[in-house]
Amino acid sequence: MSVDTSAAFAPLTGPVSGDVSEETALSLYRTMSTARKFEKRAYDLFLQNLVKGTTHLGIGQEAVAAGVAAAMRPDDYSFITYRGHNHLVARGTPLAPLMAELLGRDNGLMHGKGGSMHLIDAERGILGSYAIIGAQLVIANGAAWSAQYRGTEQVTVCFFGDGATNIGAFHEALNFAVIWNLPVVFVCENNLYMEYTRIDSVTAVQNPAADRASAYNLDSVVIDGNDPDEVYLTASAAIARARAGGGPALIEAVTYRHGGHSRADPAKYRDPGEVRAWMEKDPMITYRERLIGRGFDPAELDAVDAEIVTEIDAATEEAKGGAWPDLSRLYTNVWSDGGHAWRTEPRADQAAQQKEGLAP
Amino acid sequence: MTVLTYRKAVAHGIAQEMRRDERVVFLGEDVAAAGGVFKTTAGLLEEFGPLRVRDTPISEQAILGAAMGAAMTGLRPIAEIMYSDFFAVCWDLVANEISKSRYMSDGQVSFPLVIQCGNGAGLRFGAQHSQSIENWAMAIPGLKVVAPATARDVVGLMAAAVRDNDPVIFFNHKALYSSKEEIPDLDGEIVEELGRAVVRREGEDATIVALAAMVPKALEAAERLHAERGLDCAVIDVRSLVPLDTPTILGHASRTGRLFTVEENPRLCGWGAEIVSLATEECWDALTGAPVRITTPHIPLPSADALEDLAIPSVERIVTTIGAAMGA
Ligand SMILES: Cc1ncc(C[n+]2csc(CCOP(=O)(O)OP(=O)(O)O)c2C)c(N)n1
Repeated sequence: MSVDTSAAFAPLTGPVSGDVSEETALSLYRTMSTARKFEKRAYDLFLQNLVKGTTHLGIGQEAVAAGVAAAMRPDDYSFITYRGHNHLVARGTPLAPLMAELLGRDNGLMHGKGGSMHLIDAERGILGSYAIIGAQLVIANGAAWSAQYRGTEQVTVCFFGDGATNIGAFHEALNFAVIWNLPVVFVCENNLYMEYTRIDSVTAVQNPAADRASAYNLDSVVIDGNDPDEVYLTASAAIARARAGGGPALIEAVTYRHGGHSRADPAKYRDPGEVRAWMEKDPMITYRERLIGRGFDPAELDAVDAEIVTEIDAATEEAKGGAWPDLSRLYTNVWSDGGHAWRTEPRADQAAQQKEGLAP
Repeated sequence: MTVLTYRKAVAHGIAQEMRRDERVVFLGEDVAAAGGVFKTTAGLLEEFGPLRVRDTPISEQAILGAAMGAAMTGLRPIAEIMYSDFFAVCWDLVANEISKSRYMSDGQVSFPLVIQCGNGAGLRFGAQHSQSIENWAMAIPGLKVVAPATARDVVGLMAAAVRDNDPVIFFNHKALYSSKEEIPDLDGEIVEELGRAVVRREGEDATIVALAAMVPKALEAAERLHAERGLDCAVIDVRSLVPLDTPTILGHASRTGRLFTVEENPRLCGWGAEIVSLATEECWDALTGAPVRITTPHIPLPSADALEDLAIPSVERIVTTIGAAMGA
């Protein structure tokens, strides 16, 4: 069933720019700074071998997470990737359980069953971090469809990397969202790289997400993903339209990850000049300058940062103090009854009959 | 007294649950306006409307993704994958997402959804439209796996699957669509239980364990074994591979001392191997001879009548294999 909404809803034609309120600006700053400091701490803990396995940091990309989250309603849904710490921080997941999950402790968000790549905070609408590229796009459609069917006016936001745009699920998802007019906003965090390969060296179009969106009659915009105001304002417009029944949109936010793809990847495959240029566009630095230009007192921003450090120190200590997961957890929550028993045990009636020799 | 075909039972089972619970929605290719490629969902669109019975593009990943996202946010979707072979196209959703997310989130989200499909051979469709893939699904922790053999079970097990809070893969068998069953209680609500096998025929000499389209064949074989060779075989319809009714299966295997499984899927790693392994571990002392598996050879399925018939266990093959093993 295709719904024509073109008459009632203005298309999203370009990035939305402008000033945000002082309160919003400060909260964007706080979110970005928290995400940055949290991830730096996670990285330290990884180097100390306390965070095991792998982590994918979003350092440098905080403006996308902060800007979009600020535009969302608390009951909206987020679908994210394995590079997802930023997004949980931005939607208010408490830091201690988040850190504890990275440390594999029982006080972790998922009691150590998920780890860095599989963070989920259903209470805050974070319906999963997906480690198979592109999966979350089709799943996000389902949450959007459910909200549409239930009439709750919840919007689903789905984040993905530039690398996901060459996966079949991306194309299935975009077409599906348009024909069902779903309240979903797709946000591509285009950090120019997949793992170790530049996206433009393996992709036929320049803007891997936005250029394809038009093929599905899906409104798309390319924005500066390092500008939290632009992200916030553009996301607000797209989310408001989706909430009102105007259908899906796609935002391609161009940004840069400061570090490597994962673990301790030194990212030597990047041109030093390119790295330098992007470091100058670091959203923490540029946004701080903008705020000071708007009249914020640097001391006030320093105080925010100091407060965040204290908060992260406390969260780290709390996380480290957690016990290892109770070993019984290995077997729980495979099924909804809490267990994993694929074999049926004798039922009470059967057991009784067997005792009496009435049943085999 | 109502006689229902297995084909009509599919729509009846879905409708029963949609009437009861408005969270139940249904989506798939050609399921709404066309009523299904096998006419298994005729009438659903008319009764429940286009918001609840939805045609989709040919996008298997999008279909299962939509079902998963809807299930984790309060609906109870039934998604159709037209032929079970096409699960291969959306395997990520089945093997990595729907099945694992409850565990990875340690129970923060549930996945009350059903994926139904046309499974199995016998219609001369060749290697890519005839597979029995229940073993694929069974190998993944987190899924439940159901395969009804009768029209009444299609209705009753669909009800159980829809009401279950776990993801259930529901294998309708294509070769059974035109089979019929008298269902006295069709006007009422029919609800079966997952994880409960049914003894279709009692017998003292051997136990035959079968699934879906192999159940009527096993029953026919049991009648012939009785009439022609004096062997009295019990026939168990497994119905649900996960959870598996081990008490009923092992109980009968122990009592009769002999165990035979009849599977349509290719031989390697078939579910029959799991049942044989269980029996040898748990009732070895009661067994009076080696358990025997009757399966399709480890081949892709051919299309020609003669070849397909040779591949799939036939009544004749069941009779001769069991007869020879029992020395009768
Ligand atoms: C289907 C699939 N193929 C390959 C991988 C391995 N892999 C993990 S991350 C990644 C790069 C993804 O890049 P992008 O989508 O741009 O996201 P980013 O890491 O830049 O945020 C790859 C290839 C995977 N996880 N899933």
